[in-house]
Amino acid sequence: MDAVFYIAAIVAIVSTVLAITRLNAVHALLYLIVSLLSVAVVFYVMGAPFVAALEVIVYAGAIMVLFVFVVMMLNLGKAATEMERQWQKPGMWAGPSILAAILIGEVAYLLSNPSTLAFGAAVVEPKLVAIQLFGPYLIGVELASMLLLGALVGAYHLGRRTQGKTEK
Amino acid sequence: MASVPMHQGLLLAGILFALGLTGLLVRRNVVFILMSLEIMLNAAGLAFVVAGSRWGQPDGQIVFIFILTMAAAEVSVGLALVLQIYRRFKTLDVDAASEMRG
Repeated sequence: MDAVFYIAAIVAIVSTVLAITRLNAVHALLYLIVSLLSVAVVFYVMGAPFVAALEVIVYAGAIMVLFVFVVMMLNLGKAATEMERQWQKPGMWAGPSILAAILIGEVAYLLSNPSTLAFGAAVVEPKLVAIQLFGPYLIGVELASMLLLGALVGAYHLGRRTQGKTEK
Repeated sequence: MASVPMHQGLLLAGILFALGLTGLLVRRNVVFILMSLEIMLNAAGLAFVVAGSRWGQPDGQIVFIFILTMAAAEVSVGLALVLQIYRRFKTLDVDAASEMRG
């Protein structure tokens, strides 16, 4: 259904604009998560359900949790409790909640009408993706695993607390 | 089925990429810069998935999975760097870290 695509696209653009203009990092993260979820809806409508699930699980789930952890770590101190009080104000939750409610409505509509795809796109099954991924693209999978290992070691090395040696 | 253009999807990807680029250029907070990078990577992945959907092939989704892996690796290293910058300079302003006088 084309309308689902357009509504999700508008939600994505609005939430992205709000995300890059917020002053508070946590508010920006909320809008960014809504943006990623709406892109996931776009993926689903485009006939890519596997990638839509990955977008929700990995992007909106794992990567955004990393951001939240770091933002929370950086806010330690006296100002943290005051900031916490500000975040709990209901007004701050209204924007992301409304945008997310629109997306939930869309998902409910999609679930009740399973065969509605935008622009007549065909569903590309996860099985086909897996066969291609572990067939011709196998070298890419190996390289991705090497990249993740490098990122793991690098993040561990950079993130640990230096014990006075390289401290300025 | 193939007669319908996918202009709208590519347009959405372009708009999201431009928004991420704007955020990258405008913001001076390292966390916001990393978030803008995420938006841009996501928009690039969206373009791939739209193209894959246009041809009905799984390659676009595979490239998106690779982009996802790359984004995860990039953001983990980037956030570790953010922690280091905060420990050294006690601020998240990128201008404070311009020690190379570039």
